[in-house]
Amino acid sequence: MSAVETLRVLVVEDEPAMRVAVHRAVSRLVLRLPDIEGEFGFAVEEAGSAEEGLERIAAAPPDILLLDHKLPGISGVELLGLLAERQPPVGFLTVMMTAYATLENAVVATKRGAYDFLAKPFTPEELRAVLTKSTRHLLLTRETRRLAEEKRQVRFQLLSVIVHELKAPLAAIEGYLYLLKDRTIGADPAVFEKAVDRSLVRIGGMRKLITDLLDLTRLESGQKRREIVSLELADVARVAIESVLPEATRRGIAVTLEAPAPVPMSADRGELEAIFNNLLTNAVKYNRDGGRVAVRLSGGAVDGGGDGRVRIEVADTGIGMAPAEVARLFGEFVRIKNEKTRHIPGSGLGLSVVRKLAHLNGGEVAVESAPDRGTTFTVEIAATQSAPAPAPGPAARATPSAPEPGAP
Amino acid sequence: MSATRRTVLVVDDDEDFRDQMTLQLEAAGFEVVAADGEAAALAALEGAAPDLAVIDLMMEHMDGGFALAYRLKKRQPPVPVIMVTAVAAETGLDFASALQGSPGWMRVDAMLSKPVRFEQLRREIDRLLPG
Repeated sequence: MSAVETLRVLVVEDEPAMRVAVHRAVSRLVLRLPDIEGEFGFAVEEAGSAEEGLERIAAAPPDILLLDHKLPGISGVELLGLLAERQPPVGFLTVMMTAYATLENAVVATKRGAYDFLAKPFTPEELRAVLTKSTRHLLLTRETRRLAEEKRQVRFQLLSVIVHELKAPLAAIEGYLYLLKDRTIGADPAVFEKAVDRSLVRIGGMRKLITDLLDLTRLESGQKRREIVSLELADVARVAIESVLPEATRRGIAVTLEAPAPVPMSADRGELEAIFNNLLTNAVKYNRDGGRVAVRLSGGAVDGGGDGRVRIEVADTGIGMAPAEVARLFGEFVRIKNEKTRHIPGSGLGLSVVRKLAHLNGGEVAVESAPDRGTTFTVEIAATQSAPAPAPGPAARATPSAPEPGAP
Repeated sequence: MSATRRTVLVVDDDEDFRDQMTLQLEAAGFEVVAADGEAAALAALEGAAPDLAVIDLMMEHMDGGFALAYRLKKRQPPVPVIMVTAVAAETGLDFASALQGSPGWMRVDAMLSKPVRFEQLRREIDRLLPG
């Protein structure tokens, strides 16, 4: 059983009998609301005038204010006006109570920020109904506000990380340029060469980060237009393998494609290319010199004789990961940092892109890994994508993470 | 030039920063021991007695730099430590003033923001290693 959460109700009413009636009607009330977790009870506080009410609000604002329309001194409607002007806005709801339940009164009160209206005399049931409605509204408003705040926080953190990830290579490039500018050190041909080469590598890393960020943003915002076409998965795989071959060959890594049967699909070519590119780049990057990368394809569209699912397996003989590292793998900007990966550059976004694409294609990514033995990523997706309605807004055509020009 | 060259320990997980510092410090007549992280730095300390250390604040652990600085400060004689960081600017953290009156274990001798200009670093080194 969860504890009952107590909401504070302040009754501003000059008739003592009325205050007692409110007290009786709600002090034992325990609400359970559909869609909202928990139980809610009420603690009633009383004020005999608007002036006293203001003092109480200043001391500790209530959750719900029950406000009499006609009060000696400052009237209920005037108090409402005073509260409406507050900055920041008050965090509670006001329900007006009046013996003169006219439309005019209701309109004035609502204009000044009252949430609801209760006509005197009212039954305990009527009061409870209004309180239930108000509580529900109050809690939903607060929850919405909390979520918005949380979103802002996440956005800020993400931005901070991006800024940091972009500033690091910038600082490195800047450092090399100053070295070159200082002709005594920079004049050494070996230093000159290193400064230029490393600057190019860091610029390549920045470009990759920016491309990945754009891919990810388009995927998340649904802005990416999909072009669903009939294709053979092995063809897409071959193109992607070709793009990693230069680096693989340089390090003596053999890349093989195993597709025992045709794998016909109906999908977006760019999405599949991005999946292959990211997985293959990783498989080469985190491999050992002289290692192997095996790409295995199976399944296919039902009308092509397949089971309607497609499996893409990319297995490497690289450094592998410990179980704890695997668990963190798919987080954005997560790069597994240890002695073995320290010298390997990366944006930390590649696998986030792969996973988002797998989800978009009705599938999932699985990973199996053992330290120093290697890692196998398996992407299982639906073989047939139905073309969605054209997305509104500018036709943002996503460029999949193709190998960037100029990268080594 | 003095007979015994002074040694600077450079610890940073960014290999470019490490290499740039090494090139410039060596050109300025220092002996440089470079390490790419806390563990490597501790290993390097077994065989070397640096006269000063330049440490990046955030390596694989959030406070890796401080942990290392703490050890260096406990050595006899304590090693002057210059901390470099790229995080200060974007987080709005003012490390320099945060360090004033901070607990003893967080003590460093200077705090520099990346990108670090070598002249800046040189000034701090000259201040900490006079003569």
